[in-house]
Amino acid sequence: MLKVSGLKKTYITGTFHKCRVHAVNDVSFHITKGQTFGIVGESGCGKSTLGKCVLRLTEPTEGKIIFNGTEITSLDKESLRSIRPKMQMIFQDPDSSLNPRKTLGQSIAEPLKISEIETGRISEKVEELVRHVGLLPEHIDRYPHQLSGGQNQRAVLARALALEPVFIVADEPTASLDVSVQAQILNLLKDLKHEYGLTMLFISHDLELMRHMCDRIAVMYMGKIVEIASVENIFHSPMHPFTRLLLNENENDSEEISCASGISNICCYYNNCPLKTGKCAHDIPYLTEHMQEHFVACHNIKSMHIIEND
Amino acid sequence: MIEFIVRRVLLLIPVLTLISAVSFGIIYITPGDTAKNALMSPSGGANEKAVEEFRIQQGLDKPIHIQYLTWMGKVLHGDLGYSYMTNEGVSDAILRTFGATLKLAIVSMLISLLIAIPAGIIAALKHGTIIDDLFRFTALFGVSMPNFWQAYIMIIVFALFLKVLPSSGYGSGDLSHIILPAITLGTGYAAVTMRLMRASMLDVLRQDYIRAARAKGLPEYLVISRHALKNSLIPVVTMAGLNFGYLLNGSVIVETIFSWPGLGKLIVSSILTKDYPMIQGCILFIAVIFVLINFAVDLSYAYLNPRIRYETRN
Repeated sequence: MLKVSGLKKTYITGTFHKCRVHAVNDVSFHITKGQTFGIVGESGCGKSTLGKCVLRLTEPTEGKIIFNGTEITSLDKESLRSIRPKMQMIFQDPDSSLNPRKTLGQSIAEPLKISEIETGRISEKVEELVRHVGLLPEHIDRYPHQLSGGQNQRAVLARALALEPVFIVADEPTASLDVSVQAQILNLLKDLKHEYGLTMLFISHDLELMRHMCDRIAVMYMGKIVEIASVENIFHSPMHPFTRLLLNENENDSEEISCASGISNICCYYNNCPLKTGKCAHDIPYLTEHMQEHFVACHNIKSMHIIEND
Repeated sequence: MIEFIVRRVLLLIPVLTLISAVSFGIIYITPGDTAKNALMSPSGGANEKAVEEFRIQQGLDKPIHIQYLTWMGKVLHGDLGYSYMTNEGVSDAILRTFGATLKLAIVSMLISLLIAIPAGIIAALKHGTIIDDLFRFTALFGVSMPNFWQAYIMIIVFALFLKVLPSSGYGSGDLSHIILPAITLGTGYAAVTMRLMRASMLDVLRQDYIRAARAKGLPEYLVISRHALKNSLIPVVTMAGLNFGYLLNGSVIVETIFSWPGLGKLIVSSILTKDYPMIQGCILFIAVIFVLINFAVDLSYAYLNPRIRYETRN
């Protein structure tokens, strides 16, 4: 369904354009049809940038994205536009993802106007979508500021579904909602996913949410994926030291994004790693399959097992 | 909505009362004898007897609050009094000059918006490129250029060297006379408005609903025109409205340089000749215009921003 390989996004900052920040650094993964693939990591680790790059809402610096057999990284604007309805994004903040000047109905109807649906059927279809995401028909003529965050996020879902996409990127869709509403939206998302047979990229910093939503999980640290495995494996036999840290401590003390000028061969987790050895400082560990379908980027997994067995 | 309008109209009353009282007071404390000033001959002398007569005739011998109330009473009946200098009715003089100022204001405003809005949008869309830098530099240049300097440069270039446009005056009200003063006024405002348009557009373009619009495959020009433009126009409309208020009050410098028979020129000349009824009338008129413009700006918000409509309805 979706295959990402060697994806990089580099931001050039600093007064003299000297400083390069690798928001996404050489990331590869694939999502099979119908799966929910989770990306978890601290804030600032590049997971949102990754989500936007996958849909080319942000231009990636390097790498390939293959969606349903089409390489979308090299598509020109026109072909990209024709493929876009198939892949939609749900953003973190529902208030900013709806145009404040448009009623929910207008926002949901807009994608329908782009697709070749008959004009007469639009309002019918809007009502159907609105009911589907658990809103009432009376909400159609309301403006975003008249509704709660949860209701708005439902409208965002309706708008995304209007184009009958096959792939959805959900970027922390519940992060700005009340705890009581979060579960509702997540369950709705799950139901809709089954109903529409969606494939999903689910981005979050919350591993517990992931357990509820995802089939496979990638753990990101400072622009790199350090571990990819099924939900069971991540929770029951986590291998990378950072994954273990995430699981043990719920508090995330995020650190400064370091400005790496030039190419360094140091492991991205070197500074915080309890298992580091001399090798980690001059040899970047790549994702390797340590168990079936369980990829980890660390040189010292084996030594870790030894420590544990002792 | 009606409640909103009524509330705003009622608010006019204390604002105008205060403004008229303050302007009346300011004239009272300016040095010199009003009646003497009015009858002063160019050589400096004034006939004592005539001054005394004038004082009584104009009611200037009465205490200030009586003078003020008398004046207010007349104003409420639509009588702004008569010029000390020309005996022309103040309201006639204002109407006569306001036409010219209004014309200049509208043309200047059009020029500034026609430059500022497209330039602001282009700069925002080309954010961080050489085009953006170029537009911003031009805008900085536009703001930094003083009106009077620009006016003289334009007169020198277009009237003296190229001889394509008249250097000053109102002419018969034709377009050629308005071009130079309108460009002088318009470019100054355009520079500031363009910066605001650019900033506001950039802000809106960062919103997720713009990303969502792009993600659903909406062509870029529709993303801009349908989603970004109206939302980013809100602050621009506020500023353009206030600028229009300033323009309607007549721009003293430009009107003077181009001998444009507008309100600004009328005020300056009446201040120079201490023509008090004229000054009073003009100040009151300007205040009313300004408040009305503000009011119109507020109303336009309701169109641009549904949030405001909602809050006033409830």
